[in-house]
Amino acid sequence: MSASAPGPVPIPPGPAPAPAPPGSVLRDRYPGPLRSLLAQALRLRQSRVGLALSVLVIVVAVVGPPLAPTSPTDFAGRPYQGPGAGLPFGADALGRDVLSRFLYGGRWLLLLALLATVLGVTLGVLVGMLAGYLGGVLDELLMRANDVVLALPQLVLALLAITVLGPKKWLLVLVIGVTHAPRVARVMRAASVDVAQRDFVKAVQVMGVRRRRVLLSEILPNVTGPLMVELGLRFTYSIGFVAALSFLGLGIQPPAADWGLMINENRIGLTVQPWPVLLPVLAIGVLTVGTNLLADGFAQASAGVDREVSP
Amino acid sequence: MNQVPRTGPGVPGSGLPGSGAPVPGSGAPGSGAPVPGSGAPGPGAPVPGSGAPGSGAPVPGAATPAAALRVQGLTVAVRSSGVTLVEALDLEVAHGEILGLAGESGSGKTTAGLAMLGHCKRGTRITAGSVTVGGADLLRHPPRELRRQRGKVISYVPQDPASALNPNLRVGAQLREVLDTHRFGSGEAQRESRLAEMLVEVGLGAEPGLLRRYPHQLSGGQQQRVAIAMAFACRPRVIVLDEPTTGLDVTTQTHVLATVRRLCAEHGVAAVYITHDLAVVAEIAQRVAILYAGNLVEVGPTAQVLDTPAHPYTEGLIKAAPDLEGRRVLAGMPGHAPDPARRPAGCRFAPRCAHTREACTGRLPDLVEVAAGHQARCVRVGELALGVTLSERAPAATAGTAPEPMLSVEGLRVAFGERQVLEDVSLRVDTGRCVILLGESGSGKTTLARCVAGLLDRYSGTVRLRGTPLPAGYARRRREMLRAVQYVFQSPYNSLNPRKTVGESVAEPLRALTDLDPRHHRAEARRMLAQVSLRPELLDRYPDQLSGGERQRVAIARALAAGPSVLICDEVTSALDVSVQASIVELLRRLQGEMGLTLLFVTHNICLVRHVAQEVAVLRSGRIAELGDVDAVLSRPRDAYTQELLANTPRF
Repeated sequence: MSASAPGPVPIPPGPAPAPAPPGSVLRDRYPGPLRSLLAQALRLRQSRVGLALSVLVIVVAVVGPPLAPTSPTDFAGRPYQGPGAGLPFGADALGRDVLSRFLYGGRWLLLLALLATVLGVTLGVLVGMLAGYLGGVLDELLMRANDVVLALPQLVLALLAITVLGPKKWLLVLVIGVTHAPRVARVMRAASVDVAQRDFVKAVQVMGVRRRRVLLSEILPNVTGPLMVELGLRFTYSIGFVAALSFLGLGIQPPAADWGLMINENRIGLTVQPWPVLLPVLAIGVLTVGTNLLADGFAQASAGVDREVSP
Repeated sequence: MNQVPRTGPGVPGSGLPGSGAPVPGSGAPGSGAPVPGSGAPGPGAPVPGSGAPGSGAPVPGAATPAAALRVQGLTVAVRSSGVTLVEALDLEVAHGEILGLAGESGSGKTTAGLAMLGHCKRGTRITAGSVTVGGADLLRHPPRELRRQRGKVISYVPQDPASALNPNLRVGAQLREVLDTHRFGSGEAQRESRLAEMLVEVGLGAEPGLLRRYPHQLSGGQQQRVAIAMAFACRPRVIVLDEPTTGLDVTTQTHVLATVRRLCAEHGVAAVYITHDLAVVAEIAQRVAILYAGNLVEVGPTAQVLDTPAHPYTEGLIKAAPDLEGRRVLAGMPGHAPDPARRPAGCRFAPRCAHTREACTGRLPDLVEVAAGHQARCVRVGELALGVTLSERAPAATAGTAPEPMLSVEGLRVAFGERQVLEDVSLRVDTGRCVILLGESGSGKTTLARCVAGLLDRYSGTVRLRGTPLPAGYARRRREMLRAVQYVFQSPYNSLNPRKTVGESVAEPLRALTDLDPRHHRAEARRMLAQVSLRPELLDRYPDQLSGGERQRVAIARALAAGPSVLICDEVTSALDVSVQASIVELLRRLQGEMGLTLLFVTHNICLVRHVAQEVAVLRSGRIAELGDVDAVLSRPRDAYTQELLANTPRF
């Protein structure tokens, strides 16, 4: 999720900040804004639980493949063979090792979801900030165009694009990302309008600072709160969409191992051999709940809900 | 100034090392732990904690046997960390008496006021003490009973009536609700008559149909009077008023104060009046209690405390309070109040005090009797001759040889939609002089300042800088025009980007408005911080690590970095405490003198006029009511509105 760090914030040119002054003890106590948001979010138990759940599933997806006992596409037993020696979770509808397919099946799902999230949030932030800060006709144009996209269900748009162009991974990313964008844009616009009215923005405006710089160094760093929330939320949705599209046969294609696909391939044998459905369902469920808890934690931290009262 | 030779400021224990000054009254037996056995003593018991030998009646004066409100050892702490916000507060208020509870932000005055009703903000709790009203300790009541007592026996008037009244209920319904909740009187008829009576009591009796209106249809003063009527509805014994006039204009304030004074006297209600404004205290309270860092530092009859303060903090507060006549030399206090979690072990004020001795730092001093009914928490009571001598008149007009116009405004008109905010305003500010733009809320003073600064571009009329007309709006102004006019915003909590370090903020105008080599920006920013008396380490801090006063200095440093000729200060002190306000005013005066700055100072506070400006323009409903030299306008006001303002301004 580090993709959201406001990297592009141009620090005013000049000598690199001199070696931290002796009083840097204080500096250590007050980390940068983004880190402090993270620290504050993690002070909530729900976000720590969320982080643990998400990390658990991500670790399975990332380090899983090398640990798989067999190839995910080799036949290892009878179709719907129950768990037994050599097949800890049995075999799937075609007799392939469920564990191996499970360990392989999360990589693409996570990668595609992540790319779609980054694409959608980037686009949305761009549109939302421009509309919110510049206002006027541009605001109207962008936001009404947004409404048009919002009027169509996200999944229907994705289905349309994929049935026309075929199930390609880049298309999956593109279509999910682009349909995320208007949703993110709405939130970011509201946040930007709020920040744009504050005095520190006016202060740099009367200095004749250029718009791009105002956007990047005044507005963007002050909307990181909702930005982090959106990032978490959209990632959760992306996982759902990629999995759903794979389940519908429009995402990742057989014979590749994929959690969504696994559910689809094995749902008929659910009563006989539940594992090839249960494992991916569990993984997707745990990941979704985890990222949601984390996003919620960010939302609370950025709203200052749990902040200690001070007199 | 005071007559006591000051030791080096801020050097605790300097000079006369170990001058074991006889500490009067500090020999209280029993380790002076200020927390008295929590609530153990019944209503009749002597007030603990101040049992210094020789002090006869602990909290004497007006409050004697049958005090209406007796607060003992009241302590409020943060739930999680245990940090105390209010420490062992002892107070007594007699029937019909008004006690001023004064202090700066963070002193714990609101926390203490709410605790008197047994209420705590989220995350805090009352850890010790008792609040005795009518013989019973409120804090011992179970929650249900406590709720029944609130509004009936003890009630509260909040600071902002606009947010305290329910915007969706008619005023009558809200007033009626109080009576119904507490089952006032014997029936319908009695409540109806009480309702009418209440309105008369707060001076709203002559308003036909008031009960049928919604809160937004009332003026701020009317809203506050409705809130006061609600508080007095069930004839409580005690009422806690939390800065009820802070958001109001002075004329309205006068009416509200008079209402409170009359109601308390007529019905024998004991009032605790929380405020940061000593002039208001002088106006309304018979006795005053000064809080600092959660501690009661001084209490006594108002006139006595204000004339002969016994605690250095009280003296500092008085010196920092601007006065209409300008006979006090405004002086800020060094440093700022400690964070509740990091209060010093001894006297809380010791690090900022000019009279600190070793004895101050060991443990918290006890309250010491100064005179009958006048106590102070200082180990050097009796040694220090504190007080504020009044000078004849503040040295006013400094600058101005040959008046040469720097900034002029001609025929300025602004309308927001249908509403005409400024009508044909003309104004001239001469080089090196300071003009105060004085007006109440809605007078158009900020609008005028914003037109000059280019923050507003929809106006007609001309703004000239050294005779050259400035285009409307910053977007059309050239770089040197933008440079020449700099604006300092009202709230330093809003005018600095929270995600930028101080150095980055101060360097911004250097980058945008000057051709200075970027490599020198940091050094220049450091120089600007020095100009406004800030330490260079602050360069790498973020605004939330600074106090309000420090933030406002940073904002001023940022404005100075551009190298302006005119500095527009829009209510720059109104978000700050008085002690900080005084030091910001000092700073602006110094800068005006040293740099030959021309200042346009916007404020609603008429008391600041003599301390800041050479000329004053009184603005009312978008027109200039009166314009001229400070002396002329304040001594011989010709306009009725100026006269009214002067008459209604509390002073001491």
